[in-house]
Amino acid sequence: MSRIQDTFRRLKTENRKALVGFVTAGDPDGPRSFEIVSAMCAAGLDILELGVPFSDPTADGPVIQRASARSLAGGTRLQDVLAVTARLRQDSDVPIILFSYYNPIFVYGLTRFYADAVAAGADGVLVVDLPPEESDEMTTRWPGQDLALIRLVAPTTPDERMARIAASASGFLYLVSMTGVTGSGGLDFGAIGRHADKLRALANLPVCVGFGISTTDDVAAVAAAADGVVIGSAFERLIEEHLGREDLAAILADRVRQYKAATVGAKQQGSSGTRAPEKPA
Amino acid sequence: MNAEPTAGTLPDDHGHFGPYGGRYVAETLMPALLELETAYRQITPKPGFQKELAALLTHYAGRPTPLYAAKRLSDHVGGARIYLKREDLAHTGAHKINNTLGQGLLAHWMGKRKLIAETGAGQHGVATATTAALFGMQCHIFMGIEDIRRQAPNVQRMKLLGAEVVAVDAGTGTLKDAMNEAMRSWVTRVRDTFYVIGSVAGPHPYPAMVRDFQQVIGIEARRQILEAAGRLPDLLVACVGGGSNAMGLFYPFVDDDIAMVGVEAAGSGIATGKHAATLTAGSVGVLHGSKSYLLQDENGQIKEAHSISAGLDYPGVGPEHALFKDTGRVRYASITDTEALAAFKTLSRLEGIIPALESAHALAYAMAEARRHAANEIILVNLSGRGDKDLDIVSDRLQKEPKPS
Repeated sequence: MSRIQDTFRRLKTENRKALVGFVTAGDPDGPRSFEIVSAMCAAGLDILELGVPFSDPTADGPVIQRASARSLAGGTRLQDVLAVTARLRQDSDVPIILFSYYNPIFVYGLTRFYADAVAAGADGVLVVDLPPEESDEMTTRWPGQDLALIRLVAPTTPDERMARIAASASGFLYLVSMTGVTGSGGLDFGAIGRHADKLRALANLPVCVGFGISTTDDVAAVAAAADGVVIGSAFERLIEEHLGREDLAAILADRVRQYKAATVGAKQQGSSGTRAPEKPA
Repeated sequence: MNAEPTAGTLPDDHGHFGPYGGRYVAETLMPALLELETAYRQITPKPGFQKELAALLTHYAGRPTPLYAAKRLSDHVGGARIYLKREDLAHTGAHKINNTLGQGLLAHWMGKRKLIAETGAGQHGVATATTAALFGMQCHIFMGIEDIRRQAPNVQRMKLLGAEVVAVDAGTGTLKDAMNEAMRSWVTRVRDTFYVIGSVAGPHPYPAMVRDFQQVIGIEARRQILEAAGRLPDLLVACVGGGSNAMGLFYPFVDDDIAMVGVEAAGSGIATGKHAATLTAGSVGVLHGSKSYLLQDENGQIKEAHSISAGLDYPGVGPEHALFKDTGRVRYASITDTEALAAFKTLSRLEGIIPALESAHALAYAMAEARRHAANEIILVNLSGRGDKDLDIVSDRLQKEPKPS
C-alpha cells in the first residue's frame, strides 16, 4: 500500500497530478493485454487499475462492457488477473489497483483473494458494487492491512455520507465525475472542482476523479481540480479501434504520454473559491 | 385485514435475510436506495397511502381476484382438489399490477415523475406502463431483444400505453440483460427517476417492498380458502423466476403448518444445463444488488438461463427465497418446458383458462403432486398470469413437438 503513498508524495514534489489508467485485463487477449499494460506503465502511467472482467458490468458503459466481453471470451479468470499483476510487479513499482465487481471476488474466496492479491503485489482493490454498508463482510476476512480498499464517492453522495466514506477509506478516494456509467459524456468541471474540494477537506487522502474523461483538455481541467485523473473507456476505445494492429501497445503508450503531459504543472485547486482556467493552454 | 397473521421480522435494518439480500450497488445508487428505504418505511404504512392503494386495487385492478375450485382439472388428475388463485384476472393479466400500483403510488407520494422498469415476459413492463399512464408519469421499459421477439403482443401494449420500450441487445437479450440496462439507466437518471423492480429481487428495500405489495395474493387466498373449504390448504404451489408471485402467495401462510413448493423452470432439463432453476442447481453469489443463489460458473461469471417462459428466464432469485430454501420452509422443485406446455394445454381444454407459461410450470407440478394426495386434500396454485401473450410461442412449439401416439 505504501507504493500508493510514495507515488502521491513523489508527484507532489514534481508538481504533477496522478495519471491513473484503467484497462480490462485479458483484453483483447492475454499476451497482448500484458504487452499493453507493461507499455503503459513504462510510458509513465502513475497508477494502474487492472479490470477483472465480469459478465454483468452494470456500472459500465458499452465500451468497457465490450472490453469485458472480449476478455471473458478469451477465458480470463481472476487468477489470470493476479498472474498479470505478479508479472508486472517483477519489473515495475507502479501501484496496481484491482478493479472488480464483487461476485468474482466473493466466489474466489475473500480470504484467499486477500492473500493472493498481496502476494501478487497488488496495492489495492476497488469493488464497484460493494458500498461501505456491505464491505465489512470482505475486510473482516482479511488477515492484514496490506491491501487498500479504494472507496467511491458519487455526485449524489450527501455530505454526511461523504464524511463517513472518507473516514473509512485508504489509499486514495475515487470521485465519480457524474451520474452515469463509465464512458458517458457531459463533464461539468465546475461541479467536479466543488466536489473534489469538499472531499479533500474531509479526507486526509488524495482524490482521483474518473468517468467520462477522454481528451487531453479534459485531463488538464480535472488535474487542476484533483490529485489524480482516472481514464478508462478512452483507453479501451483505443484498444477496440486498433484491435488488428501489431503496434497496439505502442499506440496505448503514446496516449499515456499525451495524457501525462496534460497533468504536468496543473495547479492544485485550493478551497478559496478561485478557479484555474478550465482549459490551460 | 388487521387480524391476518404476520410473518417474521426479516429483513434486518440493512436489508439482510440471514446471509442473503443486502445492497450491492455502485455508490451513485446508494443515496437513492436510502431515500427509497426511508420513503418505504415512512410513507407506505400511512393510513392515507394504504387507503389509496386499497382503492386502486379494488376499483382499478379488480381485486380481490377469485379463488376457483378447478373441478374438471381435479377430476381429470385424480387425488387432491386443485384450487386456482386467479391472478390472471387482475387488470393487465397478471399479479404484476399489485406491485406496480404500490410502487407507482409510492413514486407519486415521493414526487417522482419518471418510472423505469425491466421486463422479461413483458407482464411487469405492461403493468408499469399502465401505472405510469394512470399517474401521468413518463415511462421507459427495458426489454431484451429476444424477449421482444417472443412476447410481441406485450411490446405493442406498452407502446399503446405511452411507454418507450428500450431494446437491449447485450448478452442473451433476456431479462438479466434488461435488468443490467435498467440499472445503468437508473445510475444516469437517478435524481428524478423511480426504478420499479418487478420481482422480490434487487437491492434492499426491493425484496421486502415487493413482497409487501404482493402479499395481498396470499392474504386474499387464505381468507377465500377458509370460506370455500372451511380449512387451510395442504399445499401451496407457485412458479419462481425472481419469485414475486410465489412470495406474495406464500408469505401470509409462512407461520401456518402447511407445505409450500416453489417451481422453477427446468428448461430442456436440469442435466442439459439449459434451465433457469437457480435454487435447484445454483450457488450463492451477488448479482443485481443482492446476495442470493445464482446460475454461475466456478469463476463467478453469470450463466445464461434457459426457459420457454420469458418470465422465468432469469439466473437469479429473490434473497428471501434463498433463505426459505436453506431453512427448508419452502421446497423448490422444477418443471421442464415440455411439462409446462402439457399443463398449458390441459388447463386450456379442461377449464377454459389459458394460463401464462410461467404459471403453467406451477400447474404442471401441482397436477403431478395431486395424484399423490388423497381426495380430501387441497392444493392451492397461484395462477399468476394469463397466457394470451404466449400464443405465438406455444403454437410454434406445439407444431415442432412430436405428436403423442
